[in-house]
Amino acid sequence: MNSALRVLLCVFACSASAPAPGIVVGLITKTDTNPFFVKMKEGAIEAAKAKGARLLTAAGKFDGDNASQVTAIENMVNGGARAILIAPSDSKAIVPAIKKARDAGVLVIALDTPTDPQSAADALFATDNFKAGILIGRYARGALGGKPAKIATLDLAPGITVGTLRHDGFLQGFGVKERDPSIVCSQDTKGDQAKGQTAMENCLQKAPDINVVYTINEPAAAGAYQALKSAGKEKGVVIVSVDGGCAGVKNVRAGMIAATSQQYPLKMAALGVDAGVEYARTGKRVSGYVDTGVTLITDKAIAGVDSRDTTFGMEACWGTK
Amino acid sequence: MPPVSTFGPFLALLASCAFFASQTDRFLTGQNFSLILQQVMVVGVMAIGQTLIILTAGIDLSCGMVMALGSIVMTKLAVDAGVNPYLAIACGLLACTAFGLLNGALITYVRLPPFIVTLGTLNIAFAITQIYSESQTVSGLPAELLFFGTTFRIGRTAVTYGTMLMLGMYFAAWILLRETSPGRHIYAVGNNAEAARLMAIPARRLLVSVYTLAALIYGIAALLLVARTGVGDPQAGQTDNLDSITAVVLGGTSLFGGRGMVLGAMIGALIVGVFRNGLTLMGIPSVYQILITGILVILAVTTDQLSRRGM
Repeated sequence: MNSALRVLLCVFACSASAPAPGIVVGLITKTDTNPFFVKMKEGAIEAAKAKGARLLTAAGKFDGDNASQVTAIENMVNGGARAILIAPSDSKAIVPAIKKARDAGVLVIALDTPTDPQSAADALFATDNFKAGILIGRYARGALGGKPAKIATLDLAPGITVGTLRHDGFLQGFGVKERDPSIVCSQDTKGDQAKGQTAMENCLQKAPDINVVYTINEPAAAGAYQALKSAGKEKGVVIVSVDGGCAGVKNVRAGMIAATSQQYPLKMAALGVDAGVEYARTGKRVSGYVDTGVTLITDKAIAGVDSRDTTFGMEACWGTK
Repeated sequence: MPPVSTFGPFLALLASCAFFASQTDRFLTGQNFSLILQQVMVVGVMAIGQTLIILTAGIDLSCGMVMALGSIVMTKLAVDAGVNPYLAIACGLLACTAFGLLNGALITYVRLPPFIVTLGTLNIAFAITQIYSESQTVSGLPAELLFFGTTFRIGRTAVTYGTMLMLGMYFAAWILLRETSPGRHIYAVGNNAEAARLMAIPARRLLVSVYTLAALIYGIAALLLVARTGVGDPQAGQTDNLDSITAVVLGGTSLFGGRGMVLGAMIGALIVGVFRNGLTLMGIPSVYQILITGILVILAVTTDQLSRRGM
């Protein structure tokens, strides 16, 4: 058993025993499986290589797995990381662990999702999710023309900042208030395709004449489209979403999603690694919020709403092209 | 008992420590070992309860969710309701214990399979946790709830009180199983329920006590979790049922009941903790830790099966 173990370990060890340079940076994502975080990790690996730093990586076992992220922070501090980049699974619960790391002199940058309070980390490199919502809200209003709106919102889950920001941004961009009678159905999907489909099916039972669907992300949008198609109602319904993953942009090109707000995880990680290496070299701490940008992607541009087409979207997308 | 199932896990732990020590100079330090112990203390304590149940040839899938409920009861009462922190802790322990009693009663008196009963109570405990907490993390905890996360020094190494509590609980469980008649009855019931009945062991009462005691232990794990993370987290514990079963199995305890040692569970938990820590220090992605854990579980169960057939 033990010799088998050693052989097995040697396989990993040999591939990992690259010369260890002085600067160590850690990256902790929410999960290892979501393409968004896979892309983020790619960005960090490339940036670390370019800067000659060594990258430690870890992830939670599922979205919301705070305990694994706490453990990863501790291990990385012990592993000599000078900076840790983290996409917090639980904005509030991670705060005590981040404080300990910062007390030990480690620079902590939140990626993609802010900590609560935001000041718990040194800096935040993320998409402006409120703006992402506004863009698709404006687009949906324009695409609908003068028709009276019947809106369904397929949201994330209660109490998660990203979901609230996108939802509120969408409503503001569209020009309606929360509890407006035109919002006929709101359901939580956890950003999951199957749950998105179930939610949309239920919404259609409640209000068969829905003509605008806001979705928290592209998997939820794909689920919504599936439900609409099964009901024979996919024509004339405006589905808008947020993410800009390659699968999502393809669905925009295919006309399933009308428009999506694209975000840039690779850039978050690359900027994060750069800031971490800079801190290790010079002691200069980054602070505050850095907007990593958002672009509206659609093939049916609407006057007055800035957008790029899916050719641009495919070039900049994350996931498998 | 064949030597391989007793010493195998311990040798695997030593070998993995030796391997990581040879790979990174940051592994073999007192501070790092103290950290690994802190990191395994929640699952390690839960694995004590899980061991007691598995020794009776049962299984508990609800342990992580029952722990999460306990931690939410403790933190919400203390923070939102302003209840005295010690009373809040007692209420959390009580909530967990009630679930253990429910599990035990359904398994023995309604004669339902442990797997199904605890699958049901897993969902019930999860739902109550979400409803009661409104899925919101509870922070700003009073110092009494954080005590087991605070440290004292042995030489230059900071050790948490929670680590000491875990070690003490393992010692107590070891004594219980080795030196007391209820402890030996647990083995007897797991080995052969019919023979145990003929020997006039009160099996039903014993089983209810085991599930209840195990749940009280999950309540203590809840207190350790709260102290370690500094918050009440309604999303906690979702994989801890399988993690605790992994620790028990890696430690050489048989899933068929009646055979194994409680100290094995700590070794099993430590093996997982050492790999997680060591691979992170080496800069190897965490998914390989899951891969290796899977391989080790298969090896451990194979060892158990082969030695059983050899008997």
